[in-house]
Amino acid sequence: MSDIWVFSTYRNSTFNKVSYEMIASSRKLATSLGGSTASIVFDSIVHEADLVPLAYYGADDVLILEDPSLSPYTTDAYANALTALAEKYKPLAIFFANDAVGLDMAPVVAQNIGAPLLTDVMDMTVEGTKLLLSREAYSGKIVQEFALDPGRHPLIATIRAGALEAAQCDETRPVHVTRTQIEDFGTIRQVVKDVVRKTSARVDLTEARCVVGGGRGIRGEAGVKLIEDLADVLGAAVGGSRAAIDEGWIEGQYQIGQTGKSIAPDLYIACGISGTIQHMSGASAAKCIVAINKDEEADIFKVADYGIVADLFTAIPLLIEELRLQN
Amino acid sequence: MRIVVCIKQCIDAEAITKVDDHGQVIKEGQSLVIDPYSEFAVERALQAKDCGEAETIALAIGGQEVMPTIRHALAMGVDSGCLVDDPAIDLDDPVEKSIVLAKALTKLQPDLIMGGYKSGDTSQAQVIPRLATFLKIPYVGIVTHLEIGEHAVEATHETDDGFEIIQVELPAAIAAQQGLAEPRYPSVRGIMQSKKKPVEIYNLEDIGLSPSELDHPKPCVLPCRPKPARKGGRIMKGELSVVISDVVAALKSDGAIS
Repeated sequence: MSDIWVFSTYRNSTFNKVSYEMIASSRKLATSLGGSTASIVFDSIVHEADLVPLAYYGADDVLILEDPSLSPYTTDAYANALTALAEKYKPLAIFFANDAVGLDMAPVVAQNIGAPLLTDVMDMTVEGTKLLLSREAYSGKIVQEFALDPGRHPLIATIRAGALEAAQCDETRPVHVTRTQIEDFGTIRQVVKDVVRKTSARVDLTEARCVVGGGRGIRGEAGVKLIEDLADVLGAAVGGSRAAIDEGWIEGQYQIGQTGKSIAPDLYIACGISGTIQHMSGASAAKCIVAINKDEEADIFKVADYGIVADLFTAIPLLIEELRLQN
Repeated sequence: MRIVVCIKQCIDAEAITKVDDHGQVIKEGQSLVIDPYSEFAVERALQAKDCGEAETIALAIGGQEVMPTIRHALAMGVDSGCLVDDPAIDLDDPVEKSIVLAKALTKLQPDLIMGGYKSGDTSQAQVIPRLATFLKIPYVGIVTHLEIGEHAVEATHETDDGFEIIQVELPAAIAAQQGLAEPRYPSVRGIMQSKKKPVEIYNLEDIGLSPSELDHPKPCVLPCRPKPARKGGRIMKGELSVVISDVVAALKSDGAIS
């Protein structure tokens, strides 16, 4: 059985990009330990054809658990099942995405198997048989580093999307699938009364190469329409600061910041956003930041690569026009 | 109903955070406040108390330096406090904190346990789920709305693409996310009253723990460092349409857009 596990969230017949990023890094760790990498997939129904990309991106094995108890997601069903599998197969490390599912399951599984856990890991380096993990703390002002020895104690980590290097797809890799079972899911204490999913046709905010964000300055529907139009021209995702979410202009799941999502695009265009510490802790991994704000004193201008002091209602239409011309 | 809220003290997020020569974050001289996520949980508990439905207790770990944070919760309206103070506890380790809180909670016998889903400083998001697992009670994390019933609660749990409404029976643990409740400012009366409210102080022995029971595999903590500031600050000058075309040209040449 493989030694490094990547819990790969299966939704709409596909996997998120961070699963592939984790598999790529896990391979390095597994190689140094003389072991292998497995992708772990849970659902009520799993189509084997959907699993092929996991192998192409580096999973030596894909371990599937298929059971009606696994839909809808509940903490107990998933954590109990993964705990049982971990106790059976004894992986040296288990990685999850630092998303709602990962943050829900990882601490419970870690507590069950007595493993240390580090969350929101942004960098993973293998030094011999040891693993160095780093993450940010204090609203993104401090970098913390930890050394772990998976050969001595199993470890668990949740990994930030877009932080680890991109995976390489190799279609010559063989696909190995193992179906497993567990005896008992245990009592499931969570009763799921409702599941509300708000989907968007746009690229996922945490995976997007380009993000347009709106803050207090967008002032409502007209501003939202402008940033959406800009995003359309760029093929970008749309996000918002806490202020825009609190005003109800942008849905909560698109919030960028400490209480929202972390993004790591090549380009982040922040419109009418003042640039609080909490917001920037979610946006600072952007390679390039363009800020549009009519307040020259706004904090965002201290961190923006290109600062445009202007009313976004004037600047964005000009920007859209210029981008269309360039295309 | 008894609600115990696990609270944490942290450095004010607006503060400039410094690291000493050993790679430890410097707390001395910093403004220490109640962790904002803990505060959302305190507020929600107080809303239940306002309806005449609850007795509330604020629970924290640390030394005397944490007392102002407990007093803040009491000034907001919490009925009493509880502090577990023991030098054997590693205050930076989520597992030790979870075990200590769980044992203190076993002594306090709450119907509902609340806390922040993560903290504003270290943001590990581990303690509430770990302590719930230790106590063998259900938990719901990243909670933005909570309906409290006599024997069960219904929590709105934020997901990556929306939310879910999850019901669990009491006793249970709920981890607060921003949006759950907007914290009240302590009134002057609240502040005066807080000085008279009881705060129980426990050590490990009082909660039935020996230092060896805190021993478990943990990561080796290496020196931390300040994150280098972004090199930014270029404000484009000139007529707007020229600025815009200059920026687009620069983005193209940087490869930020295709």
